[in-house]
Amino acid sequence: MKLDSMYQEVILDHYKNPHGRGLRDGDAEVHHVNPTCGDEITLRVKYDGTKIEDVSYEGQGCSISQASASVLNELLVGKELADAQKIQETFLELMQSKGKIEPDDAMEEVLEDAVAFAGVSKYPARVKCALLSWMAWKDATAQVLGGADAERKTA
Amino acid sequence: MTQLPGLLDTEALRKDFPILDRVVHDGRKLVYLDNAATSQTPRQVLDVLSEYYEQHNANVHRGVHVLAEEATALYEGARDKVAEFINAPSRDEVIFTKNASESLNLVANMLGWADEPYRVDHETEIVITEMEHHSNIVPWQLLAQRTGAKLKWFGLTDDGRLDLSNIDEIITEKTKIVSFVLVSNILGTLNPVEAIVRRAQEVGALVCIDASQAAPHMPMDVQSLQADFVAFTGHKMCGPTGIGVLWGRQELLEDLPPFLGGGEMIETVSMHSSTYAPAPHKFEAGTPPISQAIGLGAAIDYLNSIGMDKILAHEHALTEYAVKRLGEVPDLRIIGPTTAEDRGAAISFTLGDIHPHDVGQVLDEQGIAVRVGHHCARPVCLRYGIPATTRASFYLYSTPAEIDALVDGLEHVRNFFG
Repeated sequence: MKLDSMYQEVILDHYKNPHGRGLRDGDAEVHHVNPTCGDEITLRVKYDGTKIEDVSYEGQGCSISQASASVLNELLVGKELADAQKIQETFLELMQSKGKIEPDDAMEEVLEDAVAFAGVSKYPARVKCALLSWMAWKDATAQVLGGADAERKTA
Repeated sequence: MTQLPGLLDTEALRKDFPILDRVVHDGRKLVYLDNAATSQTPRQVLDVLSEYYEQHNANVHRGVHVLAEEATALYEGARDKVAEFINAPSRDEVIFTKNASESLNLVANMLGWADEPYRVDHETEIVITEMEHHSNIVPWQLLAQRTGAKLKWFGLTDDGRLDLSNIDEIITEKTKIVSFVLVSNILGTLNPVEAIVRRAQEVGALVCIDASQAAPHMPMDVQSLQADFVAFTGHKMCGPTGIGVLWGRQELLEDLPPFLGGGEMIETVSMHSSTYAPAPHKFEAGTPPISQAIGLGAAIDYLNSIGMDKILAHEHALTEYAVKRLGEVPDLRIIGPTTAEDRGAAISFTLGDIHPHDVGQVLDEQGIAVRVGHHCARPVCLRYGIPATTRASFYLYSTPAEIDALVDGLEHVRNFFG
């Protein structure tokens, strides 16, 4: 069934048992919404130099957006910023692929659990759900680094 | 098959709607329960639209050639049909807009630019309700911000109705306009017009009614509503998108200033100033949505051929059946009135902790189209402490079997996320 390609077991696991949920100390906090459906996330990042010490979050939304935030936490905490940015860019590329990218081993190595979202990219209405926390992370990181490319919204 | 008293012959009616025969997702029969978002279009309307473009297409009120005259007659004929449909005292009280949002924005802007006694300014108040669609909130917020007027609103009771207990404090001598929805697009609530209109009239406030979810579903009579303005849209009543209606009382339309300027709305123009055409043209700047208005006229013919009272009875029977069946689904909570009394055929609900997005997705996989989200009525979600709802909404071609399919589908959703 096609639905299973979206709701992979990995995604449902993250949804039911989210990693690192809850707000903790951070260097910057952002609040992002998906105006079409009302998904919301408040996300904080904490850096130790260029290393991501913590990504904490609280939000409400569908299984896709919540699982994606959990996967993000699992993947990015403890990483060097440059590595995290590569993961974020790869995830973005996958999500914008409209289902045309079949993740290969190299991609899988970068994205780990996040490859499970490949099926979501076939559903345009849900891509924003999957990207919500990742855009929030990018925005929060830009604020910490004083970056010029801060994006206020995921819209 | 479930038989309910008052149902229309949907088997025959559904033949008018080719789209209802569609199959989606590998052979699933489409179950279209998103009628509060937009209704489907019958062949009778589609035929009128093609015939217009194939035979009569021209700009209106301009040319002297045959096509221009035919197009003008058809366009103005549609205005006559709308006027009759809502029992307007005069056809000149019917303004074509592009949708209900534009109609409501038009009222807000008329009042913002008006002279006394209509003018909304920093000493006056605007009243709306907490169950409005964003289209009946944001125009008034904009007007309040621009004029300094105070925006007030009626709150909601726990069972999804307007809390009118403090009506005398909400609507006061300072109130210039009371704008509220006749049938809520998210709660389904049918609001008590008379009580609100009576109080508004007491203090000399104007009344604007958003009838977007009412005009498609029940007989409309702007005279018995006693409102000053009534707004609705064509695409929710078997018509095309891009056509809305604002009905307004004639003397108001004569007194109030235009909002959009341009062709069609003028009498004479010099480089220094202009004079305006009489209503409704004063409020229809530029080339209007011609084919869309004609399509709306055809939709009204179609609805009249069935009978609005019969459509109302059909939807009431379906709603009664739906609240009963949905009540059998474990963990389902209806947001809004839980009986079919004084409510329309849009039913919002939550299903345990399962997010409406996920509910909608799994239903869609089974061919069932519902709306999920905050339905452009976010304050209602905030009021009831929920992020969003799933909404099923019915129309003249909806059937009890489709409600059964929804209930089965929800069972599948529960299993999927269980």
